[in-house]
Amino acid sequence: MIWTLALELAYWQQTAIKLVVVALVIPTAALILGYVFLMKMMSFMQSRLGPMEAGPYGTLQLLADGVKFLQKEDVFPRRADRYVFALAPVVVLVSTFLLYAVLPMGPDAVVSSLDAGLFFALAVASLSVIGVLMAGWGSANKYALMGGMRAAGQLIAYELPLVLAAIGVVIQAGTLDLNKIVLAQANGELFGWGAIGFPYILTQFLGFAIFLVAVQAELTQPPFDMPVAESEIVGGYQVEYTGFRFLFFFMAEFGTAFAFAGIASVLFLGGWYVPGLDPASGWFNLIGPFVMFIKIMAVSALIFWFRFTFPRLREDQLQKLAWKVLVPLALGNIVVTGVLKVLV
Amino acid sequence: MSDFLRSYLTVGFFAVLAVLMVALMLGAGAVLRPERPQRQKYVTYESGVDPVGDGWSQSTLRYYLFALLFVMFDVEAVFIFPWATRLEVYGVFGLVEMAIFIFILALGLFYAWRKRVLRWV
Repeated sequence: MIWTLALELAYWQQTAIKLVVVALVIPTAALILGYVFLMKMMSFMQSRLGPMEAGPYGTLQLLADGVKFLQKEDVFPRRADRYVFALAPVVVLVSTFLLYAVLPMGPDAVVSSLDAGLFFALAVASLSVIGVLMAGWGSANKYALMGGMRAAGQLIAYELPLVLAAIGVVIQAGTLDLNKIVLAQANGELFGWGAIGFPYILTQFLGFAIFLVAVQAELTQPPFDMPVAESEIVGGYQVEYTGFRFLFFFMAEFGTAFAFAGIASVLFLGGWYVPGLDPASGWFNLIGPFVMFIKIMAVSALIFWFRFTFPRLREDQLQKLAWKVLVPLALGNIVVTGVLKVLV
Repeated sequence: MSDFLRSYLTVGFFAVLAVLMVALMLGAGAVLRPERPQRQKYVTYESGVDPVGDGWSQSTLRYYLFALLFVMFDVEAVFIFPWATRLEVYGVFGLVEMAIFIFILALGLFYAWRKRVLRWV
């Protein structure tokens, strides 16, 4: 049986298989999101076709772009702080990779099921702020510095609603292990009716909404794209980068979008669980990745829909939204959830 | 080795893999890309004109204030996580404790609000 096979393998064999699979999944995920949403969905929303030349319906466009980036010269500005400048995109991309270490695709289909999985994911995600600041500072460019500062200010402001919105789910599930959060939803009951489990979006809808808005800001996507606003500061901290180092920022953005959509699916939509099967069944190692993929695409569609619909926020509006609306709402959500958890 | 340590070892391997993949991509680029040095290429970009002054300029103090606020709230989040996982065990006692904690914190946010720290001028 294919799903029990994983249990009979030695530790290093399991780990090697997982690492190879994830190493293939991450770039593919970034490519799929980029193609389906950034190219096709955006084009259709704007009444145009989008890329049609490379491959059938332009499916290979992003690969062609990647090959183009591969051939670009690696230009370091003379005044740049070389090491900081060179390392910044690496820090951003590695922090994105690490997000996938705890993302569960099935009961055993996870690289490492940490006890503090959610905490790890949120902590690792915030590392990218350091990379962005390094890029902004290391470039020794006025646009880059402004972009880096704006990005840092925005990322830390929206870090809080992101973390606080997730706490509501932690209170309900009573664990930080992402796989156990899925199980808690699968085994949950709605007023004694357990047929569809208990996806936390039903009680944590406010948390879900805050989480998605914060994710949007963490990705520095429109309407929160002040740090990279091409019409104001010509790409912000990315302005001096060429070739693959530039591509790393792009890959990190879409890789993070995929991973965060995955975490949102785990926290609020029931993760790899679908109603009708016993949550303990090994079948979920097989169908779990597909279920997760569908849920991730649905959440990503929402994220990108916002991206293509709303105009850019100003810096003051942006900070106001985070500190005066989202943080108090999230704190209130924690208190209400806690009270209901203890008293009901 | 205990399961706990082993799960973190896996994450360690994963981090190594991430660095390797990045190095591989940069290495492939180093083999394929051209290199034709020209003086003008390495001038800092400033909308097509020669750069004026230093790239490392001063920036507004607001960022610093928001960073301070962030540190306060992020440390708070670290305290809330363990509480949230054990709430069922602590019951009403834990609830009251955390309500006081969050109230003091909200008071801090309100103070910053009144002091117009949250206003972007």
